[in-house]
Amino acid sequence: MAQIIIRNLRKEFGSFTAVQGSSFTIEDGEFFMLLGPSGCGKTTTLRMIAGLELPTSGEILIDGEDVSQRPASQRDIAMVFQMFALYPHMNVRKNISYPLVSQGVPKTEVRDRVAEVARILRIEHLLESPVGGLSGGDRQRVALGRAIVRRPKAFMMDEPLGALDAEFREIMSEELRGLHDRMRATTVYVTHDQLEAMQMGDKIVVMNHGVVEQFGTPQQIYDHPATLFVADFIGSPSMNFLRFDGAVKRGASSVSLSGLDVETPEILDETAPTKLVLGVRPEHVILSDAAPYRGRVLATEYLGTSQIITIEAAHGTLKARAPSGQIAHTGETVGLTFTAPKLALFNAETGRAFRTAANQGVHHG
Amino acid sequence: MTAYSITEPSKASKWVAGLLVAFYTIVTLLPLVWIISTGFKSGPDSISYPPKLVFDPTVEGYVNLFTSRTRISQDAPPPPAETWYDEITRDQGMVITGPSRFGERFMNSVIIGFGSTALSIILGTLAAYAFSRFKVPLKDDLLFFILSTRMMPPIAVAIPIYLMYRELGLSDTHLGMILLYTGVNISLAVWLLKGFIDEIPREYEEAALIDGYTRFQAFRKVVLPQAATGIASTAIFCLIFAWNEYAFAVLLTSGNAQTAPPFIPTIIGTGGQDWPAVAAGATLFLLPVMVFTILLRKHLLRGITFGAVRK
Ligand SMILES: Nc1ncnc2c1ncn2[C@@H]1O[C@H](COP(=O)(O)OP(=O)(O)OP(=O)(O)O)[C@@H](O)[C@H]1O
Ligand SMILES: [Mg+2]
Repeated sequence: MAQIIIRNLRKEFGSFTAVQGSSFTIEDGEFFMLLGPSGCGKTTTLRMIAGLELPTSGEILIDGEDVSQRPASQRDIAMVFQMFALYPHMNVRKNISYPLVSQGVPKTEVRDRVAEVARILRIEHLLESPVGGLSGGDRQRVALGRAIVRRPKAFMMDEPLGALDAEFREIMSEELRGLHDRMRATTVYVTHDQLEAMQMGDKIVVMNHGVVEQFGTPQQIYDHPATLFVADFIGSPSMNFLRFDGAVKRGASSVSLSGLDVETPEILDETAPTKLVLGVRPEHVILSDAAPYRGRVLATEYLGTSQIITIEAAHGTLKARAPSGQIAHTGETVGLTFTAPKLALFNAETGRAFRTAANQGVHHG
Repeated sequence: MTAYSITEPSKASKWVAGLLVAFYTIVTLLPLVWIISTGFKSGPDSISYPPKLVFDPTVEGYVNLFTSRTRISQDAPPPPAETWYDEITRDQGMVITGPSRFGERFMNSVIIGFGSTALSIILGTLAAYAFSRFKVPLKDDLLFFILSTRMMPPIAVAIPIYLMYRELGLSDTHLGMILLYTGVNISLAVWLLKGFIDEIPREYEEAALIDGYTRFQAFRKVVLPQAATGIASTAIFCLIFAWNEYAFAVLLTSGNAQTAPPFIPTIIGTGGQDWPAVAAGATLFLLPVMVFTILLRKHLLRGITFGAVRK
């Protein structure tokens, strides 16, 4: 069990920078998500923590010790690979016990620990089978078993559910989270699936193009995205962006969209007139007939308990999440209000959120 | 695949394919059958026309292969035959004067063939692993350079090698021939093995590295077992080359390290055209490669990864 601190971590492959100066802290026992689109440097970051790749610069501290230049075998970390990487020439038992053999654990203890792990993962009946014939889920369990059996300081998982089909993913993700809740082992989990990250993670780092965009709890990241990228990447449908020109004044608690005042949380930053973006989650767009801000309904999408209404307004197309009972006809003009405390304001030039009374204290990348 | 799938060949095409395969098998096996049967014929039977398909088998050829003989002179009749092979030679009007050099030559072939195969595989596997996994400066150029050693016909470098070997004292030595055949085979070994090792996912070794093994342990315990198929097939290719090689062997070996290929034709010369002895030599010469190939066959057939990695 360990705390992992990442400081200014950087990785270059020749002239290409895969990870540019990441910093974040993984607390002991946390289920920590590395989230981002394909190619953003998640795997590279994970591999540097595991020791499979040496950083170009920066520090990795495991329990306060700088391990950034140590080989993988000396970091006491276990890894579950996306492709599982079970040794095909060994059966399940051998696969699981293999990490113990390297540590010179006595034979009887190896037996006991493999048995214990098999019981936790419910694969006792598979111990003597070759790994070739196993189903995706069982392979996943064996790969987990191989990681757990060592009782390492931390687990690294690179899209461990990526190879499973959708239905089974759900089951395994619950199983994984359940396992973590029992074992409380520090876990770093890579995924490009924002839903998976929100469901499973205690904390999330959102990366894009090798840069840490934001670092925080799922709630913080959802409610107070630090950048336009995060706002767009998290949530489905993603945050609505209303684009307008204007200035921002410290202490103001509204912005002017083409002369129409929209109430926001108190703004703590200031800029000269520039391109701005007002961010509104679909569930904070409320249809109300009397409201002065108007839009035209383009489409409705029925989702059972709720519906998504697509509305065209002067500053962009919006999606509103409304109760399924609400009547909205395509082509109709409706009034819109926004839940003020939940709004985010971004500078379109830099892509960053302005500090407001609401997002104060949220970690920016 | 079901019997009704469109990829299932029709009955007629199966028959045609079967006939073609059978025909091809007969064509390729015929010389082999001929050599083996000639080895068990008597001298006259071996050259009779039309050729005899049914004959009295004899091991005369094999006895002649392993012995040197002279014609029995009328003036000094030899002492009575003591062994079965003595008797066989007497029946031909000959007497054994000592063992032939075939046994020695055969052993030379074994030492040089298997020695160079082992060396090619060891060096080839290590080099292929390095080329496959590490950043090697000028990797592509080096690989091409290694391959280019194979582009020249052996005969083009025969004279320089002959002169070099004379200077170095490697002429007509086992070591010299092992090094030479390794030199020729190594390019094939590196390229073939690199292909096989490239196919082994890195994650296996990385898993082992994370599990606390050193790079070399990971190589030995994880990479090697999975490269077994590739190593086996590469070994067969290397052995076949070294075993059959004739040009260098004629040029560079004589009294000491001569291998079987240059030796077998010389059997014809001693005491008339002794086809059964030549055929016996050829039969014995075929055996090791056949046995080796059959032994490694299961590796050739076995898949590399068993599908434990999902791609
Ligand atoms: N060994 C390498 N040499 C050169 N470039 C590399 C190497 N490894 C990764 N990269 C590059 O670094 C970038 C980040 O790769 P990385 O594998 O970390 O992405 P990722 O976030 O894990 O993406 P994915 O979701 O597709 O797995 C990619 O553009 C990739 O091409
Ligand atoms: Mg990845």
